[in-house]
Amino acid sequence: MSSPTIVGRLNGPAAVVQRPALSPTALALRRFRAHRLAIFGTALLLLIVGVTISAPFIAPYDPIAVDLSATRRPPSTAHILGTDSTGRDVLSRLMHAAQVSLAVGLSAALLQTGVGLSLGLLAGYYRGWVDSVISRVTEIVLSYPLLIVIIVIVAILGPGQNSIILGIGLFGWPTACRIVRGLVFSLREQDFVLAARCIGVSDRRLISRHLLPLVVGPLTVTATFAVAYAVLLEASLSFLGLGIRPPRPSWGNMLNEAQSLPILESMPWLWLPPGAAIALTVLAINFVGDGLRDAVDPRQRAIR
Amino acid sequence: MRRIALAVPVLFGITVLTFVLVRMTPGDPVLYLVDPAAMSGAPEEYIAARRSELGLDKPTPVQYAVWIRELGQGNLGYSFVNRRPVTKMIAERVEPTVRLMGTALLFALLIGIPTGVVAALRQYSLIDYVVAVLSLTVISTPAFFLALGAIYVFSLRLDLTPIGGMATIGRPADLVDALRHLILPAGILGLSLTGPIVRYTRASVLEVLSQEYLSTARAKGLRERVVIVRHALPNALIPIISVVGVMIPLLFGGSVIVEQIFSWPGMGQLILAAIGQRDYPVLMGITMVVAILVLACSVLTDIAYTLVDPRIRLG
Repeated sequence: MSSPTIVGRLNGPAAVVQRPALSPTALALRRFRAHRLAIFGTALLLLIVGVTISAPFIAPYDPIAVDLSATRRPPSTAHILGTDSTGRDVLSRLMHAAQVSLAVGLSAALLQTGVGLSLGLLAGYYRGWVDSVISRVTEIVLSYPLLIVIIVIVAILGPGQNSIILGIGLFGWPTACRIVRGLVFSLREQDFVLAARCIGVSDRRLISRHLLPLVVGPLTVTATFAVAYAVLLEASLSFLGLGIRPPRPSWGNMLNEAQSLPILESMPWLWLPPGAAIALTVLAINFVGDGLRDAVDPRQRAIR
Repeated sequence: MRRIALAVPVLFGITVLTFVLVRMTPGDPVLYLVDPAAMSGAPEEYIAARRSELGLDKPTPVQYAVWIRELGQGNLGYSFVNRRPVTKMIAERVEPTVRLMGTALLFALLIGIPTGVVAALRQYSLIDYVVAVLSLTVISTPAFFLALGAIYVFSLRLDLTPIGGMATIGRPADLVDALRHLILPAGILGLSLTGPIVRYTRASVLEVLSQEYLSTARAKGLRERVVIVRHALPNALIPIISVVGVMIPLLFGGSVIVEQIFSWPGMGQLILAAIGQRDYPVLMGITMVVAILVLACSVLTDIAYTLVDPRIRLG
């Protein structure tokens, strides 16, 4: 029945497996599991999500409870990471802050990937003037640095997470669009597209049922990196005072105070933990992105 | 030539989009464009007269034309806050930002390209692994956190560099002082670009290494060193030119943060001051200038690419 198939070098020497050929998805899953850093990233990310979901129950203090009798206290047994300028518990704020970062990161990435996917499908499938117009629009949008465009949107709508999400969604899509466009360009030349056309499949159905599933893999990779970048942007804007407004905690606005030299010099508990939290979260997402990329397209693999 | 022709509709699009964004910001457009010195204490009738004179009571497309005409004469409007022409305010900020970004880019290329090449030549070695993790760590760490860390270590603890500014106030300009002020902000901004450059260089070198013409070169009996340095690297490094084009908007975004932290008197600092004071003409003026500069850099890098690599035809 099933002949032995060689499944390549997954993890060490070539493995000869006695089973039918695996589906592309199953193969990709295997490659992802063999990617050590990606597994590490996934575990770290699950931990961060777990902490932030359970923050209301496990955080030692209310993250916005002000205690003016205990401001800027160094770490102690009562406050493991000390307190900030208004006596709020740093650890509790740190645990709650992940919510905002992940929410902004996910929704912004979802929005920009959706826009990029739709425009990319149209440009790649219809080519001609549709493609020309979309390509020019892509270039226009790419001329505005994301950070600056979000500052402009903050000027129009005011600071907050919606301005950030909207800015990234409306101006961050060119990467996804170009990837989808490129893929569809080559896919539509293949025989299965011709075959589908011959049996009278409509454009709409051809795009959604035959082409879309084939771009989902590579698109997931760009979407993952987009989440990482959106988390960084949210942190930067909150740091500049243009993102999430206090008292609501965000890792970026927790670092805002560290612009003052006395805090930077002698109160490291106020700025080291949120900075490290951002870096670790983004790193974990990027590890996952790397793992997904190698799983979807093994030719580009960065590292074993 | 074709590349420049393609940039014309893009430039037009940038002006339209910026105009739309300008109109969405609060504030009376007539206050944007007319020299406030002529208007202070002026009666309502005067303002109304100027409004109709400029065509700002006409339909939006006409207003766009007015705006473009003023733009062509170098009028980006007047600051709401200090009443100076926006063009002048931006002009004096360009040099510091270009100095900062240029040094940062140079730094990133000088560190990033050799690191990427070494990682590719030693693929899957310990060096490659360390480089991969380090470059991803640098990509993942926010620039402002790196900047704060750098100030903490180099300025506060070791007292090697100033904590900000472009030169020591009250001292005659000298090169050493300028470099001491430049090194931290440019280094941090450069570091934030080094990660992507390393990753891209590595991928590009690996791609070329797998090609057959290298086997041909080896079969001719060339030494491995010659094969790599003379045959592989030139082709592998050409695509880096296009990466530089992609980096330019990131540089502008990053310089906003770095200039703020290091009190560097460039466009980034000006844009943050503008949003803080709701000085919309300045904010929109910088946005416009930056978008045009990014477009110009993208056209230039594309042209450079075709000059270096005749196989590429831009469509």
